[in-house]
Amino acid sequence: MTTIGVLGLQGAVREHVRSIEAGGAKAVVVKKAEQLSSINGLILPGGESTTMRRLIDVYGLMEPLRAFAASGKPMFGTCAGLILLAGDIVGYDEPHLGVMDVVVERNSFGRQKESFEADLSITGIERDPYTAVFIRAPHIVSAGPDTEVLATHNERIVLARHGQFLGCSFHPELTDDHRLTEYFIQMVESPAVVI
Amino acid sequence: MNTGTDRVKRGMAEMQKGGVIMDVVNAEQAKLAEAAGAVAVMALERVPSDIRKDGGVARMADLRIVEDVMKAVSIPVMAKARIGHITEARVLESMGVDYIDESEVLTPADEEYHLMKSDFTVPFVCGCRDLGEAARRIGEGTSMLRTKGEPGTGNIVEAVRHIRKVNGQIRKVVNMSKDELMTEAKLLGAPFELLLEIKELGRLPVVNFAAGGVATPADAALMMELGADGVFVGSGIFKSDNPEKFARAIVEATTHYQDYELIAKVSKELGTAMKGMEISSLSLEDRMQERGW
Repeated sequence: MTTIGVLGLQGAVREHVRSIEAGGAKAVVVKKAEQLSSINGLILPGGESTTMRRLIDVYGLMEPLRAFAASGKPMFGTCAGLILLAGDIVGYDEPHLGVMDVVVERNSFGRQKESFEADLSITGIERDPYTAVFIRAPHIVSAGPDTEVLATHNERIVLARHGQFLGCSFHPELTDDHRLTEYFIQMVESPAVVI
Repeated sequence: MNTGTDRVKRGMAEMQKGGVIMDVVNAEQAKLAEAAGAVAVMALERVPSDIRKDGGVARMADLRIVEDVMKAVSIPVMAKARIGHITEARVLESMGVDYIDESEVLTPADEEYHLMKSDFTVPFVCGCRDLGEAARRIGEGTSMLRTKGEPGTGNIVEAVRHIRKVNGQIRKVVNMSKDELMTEAKLLGAPFELLLEIKELGRLPVVNFAAGGVATPADAALMMELGADGVFVGSGIFKSDNPEKFARAIVEATTHYQDYELIAKVSKELGTAMKGMEISSLSLEDRMQERGW
């Protein structure tokens, strides 16, 4: 059975677990480096990126996470998770994992009172519109040549895929629409297939 | 595009789960809290133990402090408004504060009614001591709960009492048959529909943090062990000998609350925690938890 980990340092971990299970895969909460060897893909959840980064450093998870990325296994970052994956963060000298070829900007839609829900049309997830929940969300300022833009909102990139990496500025785990998690499960189960 | 929906407001609190929210009184403390790994800061004029010591009327913080803190950090900033003080809450909302605590730590502005929090775009957090109080606050639109505990005492006993009470009452509701719920709603003073929802979900529909008396890393871990979704630390950090070490230690203990070797490691060499207070030494009028209805 496909096993997908959720980085469980802080944030919306439980919701991702529920979403993975709804998609028919097994979910594991990952808090320690040795757990990475037993999973096929990893979700970096929403939360506070500065907090997660500090805890990644404290527990020596940075190198194991980079090695996980280098092994070619798929990773999906949502909101704070996208910030962790991004190759470049506006206003910061250094990225966190720095593995996905996108430039992101933090809190780029404003403070909490500007947080919102909006309907998106997502490439590869046709049928009905997808309602996305944006909370103090980042957005993708620019995407590299090998990165495919899968959704935009008001001309800002909010979902993109760069090979094995999927990143979005919103929170798929906060709704009952599990189509994006299913898309990621597909990426994990057939990594060579580009949808 | 919709702002201020339940999902957006409750979701914001979901993102704070497993984290520590720290009381700060200036930009410098806020930066220290952010660097230590706080998921948010609560901008205040005085921490609860000083409010207790100073006496008098405690109001919304000096707005210059709130503004300075908002400029200093990129994590969410919360601020407190008095219970029932519609205007303080609206002013904080207009400034762009990310979350408002309708707090018993401040002197209540209304001794009968709480804010109608669903009218606001900004989300709220409120204190509770039992499921009835929790459900009433959710009914008014709070997007996050916390135990009341007894703020500014450095004594965890009340927070423990409150989280055990709420979680015990949730278990009871979950196990009740539907025809028993209306009477339970009457006894608790809780909206019936909310008890139905709690029964179906098996938990509260919003996150519930621990607050009011957390003074050490072990206290924070204990509250997580008892089922809190995260921890507020008020006076505990900046009233300790070494706030920076203390803040880091509390964050780590909260993340790995069952890793006792780690908690032992981070608890060493912390210096002295804030001085605690025996609850029975406080008269009923001096107990902040008695505020709110």
